[in-house]
Amino acid sequence: MTLDFAPVWGGLPELLKGTVVTIEVTAAAFLLSAVLGLLVGIIRLNPARRVLYGIASAYVAFIRGTPLLVQLFLLFFGLPQFGILLPAWLCGVIGLGIYSGSYVSEVVRGAIQSIDRGQMEAARSLGMSYREAMWEVVLPQAFRRMLPPLGNETIALIKNSALVSLLTIDDVMREGQRIISTSFRALEVYIAVALIYFILTNAATWILRQLEKRMTVERG
Amino acid sequence: MIEIRNVYKSFGSTEVLKDVSLTVPPSRTTVVIGPSGSGKSTLLRCCNCLEIADRGEIRINHRTIIADGKPLPDKELNALRAETGMVFQSFNLFPHMTTVENVMRAPVVVRRMAKAEARELAMELLRKVGLGDKADVYPSTLSGGQKQRAAIARALAMKPKVMLFDEPTSALDPELVGEVLQVMKTLAEEGMTMMVVTHEMGFAREVADTVVVMADGRIVESGPPEQIFTNPTQERTRGFLRALVDGHLAGARPQPPADDPLEALPGNH
Repeated sequence: MTLDFAPVWGGLPELLKGTVVTIEVTAAAFLLSAVLGLLVGIIRLNPARRVLYGIASAYVAFIRGTPLLVQLFLLFFGLPQFGILLPAWLCGVIGLGIYSGSYVSEVVRGAIQSIDRGQMEAARSLGMSYREAMWEVVLPQAFRRMLPPLGNETIALIKNSALVSLLTIDDVMREGQRIISTSFRALEVYIAVALIYFILTNAATWILRQLEKRMTVERG
Repeated sequence: MIEIRNVYKSFGSTEVLKDVSLTVPPSRTTVVIGPSGSGKSTLLRCCNCLEIADRGEIRINHRTIIADGKPLPDKELNALRAETGMVFQSFNLFPHMTTVENVMRAPVVVRRMAKAEARELAMELLRKVGLGDKADVYPSTLSGGQKQRAAIARALAMKPKVMLFDEPTSALDPELVGEVLQVMKTLAEEGMTMMVVTHEMGFAREVADTVVVMADGRIVESGPPEQIFTNPTQERTRGFLRALVDGHLAGARPQPPADDPLEALPGNH
């Protein structure tokens, strides 16, 4: 058996276009998951606010307890039954964002809870409101501790994004499959696709590590 | 001025404060002493609603901050806390800010003070506590005594009318205690209203206008320091002071060797 990478080279423009789509979908989903994770993580700190806490906990339990693929299909094939017809890319972004957000919320909650209680007390004793104390004092410290686990979540998000190819989104995975359908060179093309994901995940890890380093230096 | 009226507080089934009443008069220093677990720190923290008193009433400068387990609504409570400085045993400086940022942040956030003005105020306070040259370093590089002086400056930046000190020197190496007590003494002399929970009997004797002795969640005795330290009326006070002296002596001089090692232990403990 010989490896023939000619179809990969020939399909490179399509693969790169797909890579851009993968990056776009992942980046948008990352932003959604960050906002969602922060909100849900903070809500889950305080069981006293029962309704909000209940909703947030149900969200985390449901999303973490069911397959991402099923969630994506619910959005893409299920919602139209209610007359809600979202474009494929939006289903992909929302599905990935909601999924990743449930994990990010646990990262956020854990990091905040790891900050010494005295920090919140000191801020409140100076007259800051809960929100001000959270924003000024607790979150900046918690953020540093979120970065390493957030790196894991980002890697998972990038890899999970391959599933959106099943929603007809032309990401790098789907572009690869398209090339295979005409060239029948599955091994070579999937190797190329894997390599692209490898580069993306490591680039994301590198960026987060730089951020982590910079924040450590800033603290002095 | 702090008025504490018939305050009760429990943690689970443990009653920590049992019907405590106490008045901290304006421009006076009231020092609360007592064995650990006597409820003195909890009492202090109730004055800031960091702990919620279950029953009774606490008034600060004639405003009720909590009555029968119901604290003021958040907004008014924040305003009142801003005027009540609190100094913690473990400093609780903000590690992600420089010393001067620690001091100026609350005036900027809470009082909406302009940054330049807040920085000027912060620098003035840092110089006052002897940390003018440490403004731009992070708290992690400060000694314990410097940290606590910075924390005092941070509390003073809100121009509090009352200061609460929760064992401010208990986490310090012995040689650093003096510099913090000196700052507190200066504050007292300037007429600050202070409530201090401490184990520093020297400070209590020298600076306090009133010494309050607590044990088992109750106030055992209170009065001017001369009376408490030289002529206490309550057996609990005597016991506590004797235990302190024994502790000091045990550390200061070696015990004579005894045939029976158990006999070397001080009696009655």
